[in-house]
Amino acid sequence: MSAGTGTVSMHGNRFRHNFLTALLLAPATVWLVVFLVLPFIAIAVFSVGERAPEGGYQAAFTLAQYANLPARATAFWNTMVLAPVGALACLLVAYPVAYYLALQAPQRWRLILLALVVIPFWTSLLMRTYAWMYILGGRGIPALLAFVGIEDVRLINTPGAVLLGIVYGYLPLMILPIYVSLERLDRRLLEASADLGATPLSTFLGVTLKLSLPGVMTGFSLVMILLLGEYLIPTLLGGGKVFFIGNALVDLFLQSRNWPFGSAIAITLVLVSVVVLIVANRISNRVAGARRVDLI
Amino acid sequence: MTAVPDIEFRGVAKRYGAVTAVSGIDLAVPPSAFVALLGPSGCGKTTCLRMIGGFEQPSEGQVFIRGQDMAGTPPYRRPVNMVFQQYALFPHLDVEANVSYGLRQARPRLSSREIGQRAGEALEMVRLAGYGGRKIHELSGGQQQRVALARALVNKPAVLLLDEPLAALDKKLRTDMQIELQNLQREIGITFVLVTHDQEEALSMSDFVCVMNGGRIVQLGQPNEIYDEPADLFVADFVGKTNLLAGKVAGHTGELVDVALADGTIIAARKRTALQQGETVSVSLRPESLSLGAPASGPLKGVVRNRIFLGSTAEYAIEVQGIGTLLAKADHLIGQGNLFKPGEPVAIGFATGTPLAFPETKNNGTNQRVNKHVEIIS
Repeated sequence: MSAGTGTVSMHGNRFRHNFLTALLLAPATVWLVVFLVLPFIAIAVFSVGERAPEGGYQAAFTLAQYANLPARATAFWNTMVLAPVGALACLLVAYPVAYYLALQAPQRWRLILLALVVIPFWTSLLMRTYAWMYILGGRGIPALLAFVGIEDVRLINTPGAVLLGIVYGYLPLMILPIYVSLERLDRRLLEASADLGATPLSTFLGVTLKLSLPGVMTGFSLVMILLLGEYLIPTLLGGGKVFFIGNALVDLFLQSRNWPFGSAIAITLVLVSVVVLIVANRISNRVAGARRVDLI
Repeated sequence: MTAVPDIEFRGVAKRYGAVTAVSGIDLAVPPSAFVALLGPSGCGKTTCLRMIGGFEQPSEGQVFIRGQDMAGTPPYRRPVNMVFQQYALFPHLDVEANVSYGLRQARPRLSSREIGQRAGEALEMVRLAGYGGRKIHELSGGQQQRVALARALVNKPAVLLLDEPLAALDKKLRTDMQIELQNLQREIGITFVLVTHDQEEALSMSDFVCVMNGGRIVQLGQPNEIYDEPADLFVADFVGKTNLLAGKVAGHTGELVDVALADGTIIAARKRTALQQGETVSVSLRPESLSLGAPASGPLKGVVRNRIFLGSTAEYAIEVQGIGTLLAKADHLIGQGNLFKPGEPVAIGFATGTPLAFPETKNNGTNQRVNKHVEIIS
């Protein structure tokens, strides 16, 4: 009998527990449904529709928009180069910084240095990119160089400027997950590796790098996915001469109002992002035997 | 015999800023010995081990491995391997890859056939043949321990360093591993240096025990020497159970010293150092050296407070008026009826010369420590 009472009260507890969970999850769920799921369904529906004569969307069921994707092959190609190259450049700069912060920096400086990494985020990326326009522009660094006798240096509107802007803008997103995975690294593993005869370089390659791979993959996929939709930095620092998918989307939705074609491109972009995530997850799973560092 | 010691410390000190971790360390470990560095946490034993491994550099003095001065030699060039506390196995590698990790670092490179063969042998040696493909997290604590052993021994080190290797295991497994480690050491014949805070572990496994306290070596000797002839009050108290009785030197009788205990009883004790008349001393009496008898048959009289019956022996907490509670241990002989009951008055005796008198050293709070073991069991 007492067991029976116990079961009943446990049911009561569980109900209350579930109710509380549901209550806490409700705002986020509503938000996600209204601003993510429904728009995504709309985009999916648009992508199999037709452009209305005066722009916008007209109901239909056709894969014509998808068949038309090659028309934007250049934008796709440019994006597919920019995103991984940009993410890679970011990684190459971020890894040493994260390594220093996690393993070398004195304990009492660590938080301050980490804060310095994050603080630029408090200003909008647009502002900071504009600042780079001036720094790299005619009256910025080239003017300084001319002053010391090095003439005719062009920095702005070059691929180098775009890469610089990307690395600058996305660096914190790459540093933080790598920092987290390096910070979690058990220092005794490094000692064990040295003890077993591994030189510092082979300890780094065989232990540190492999065990920080989950962080690397998180940072890489995060930055790469954001870069897939990036168009601001190339426009401002690259002179807008090279078109990316981001530019194409802005153009199709806001200028030529070809919503169905824009939707088809957007859906394709999402699929590419998903593939990137899956591949990144696979790699870190296989090498480090661990899941990604989930920061977002 | 002038064999080169496997490990030698000469005047070694290690300081971290203003803090001295160890100082004045002189130690020579003969070849093929099983040595335990024993001491409470913070005594510097791990620092010493890490200086052998090359993870710390001495601030002063030199560390030699097989006659070679190790100054400036990084860990990866030292002929020693370590079994780390909590093992530090590589979580991203399977058992086989963990074990062969050191072999794959060898230059010139070893053939993959040789690496596989030696790793297999090492796993066999620790009775883990067939576990090569397992992930580390799939293993039990005892199995991880043995992987760590295999990973270190596969490199055929001159010396194996063990940092609290059994601390994470449960009691039963710990006892098994003690025997296994002892057998392994004899089988391979290399020197084992074990760091432990567990005096039982140190006494049971090693050929030599090096007792450390406050960053210094306080005594080095064979386990029975350490137990029977502790060099000072700290060793007497730390190694094994003992009763420490406070008293004052009342006189000398030949080699022995007469100590007046708090209740006025005078007992004859051996001494390690010269003691002054009237000096405050602590007398160490091992529980098993006490004999219990009918009242009026011994110098100290008390009442049994607790009895802990252990089968072959029984331990008693005996309250002695004016002195405190003493722990006594007596063999239980079946059919002799020599068990005492709580509440029963007893006399406590001991053979002449079994008590050991030590001068009170400053700041070690010995007075509070008197009979702490009794407090734990009662």
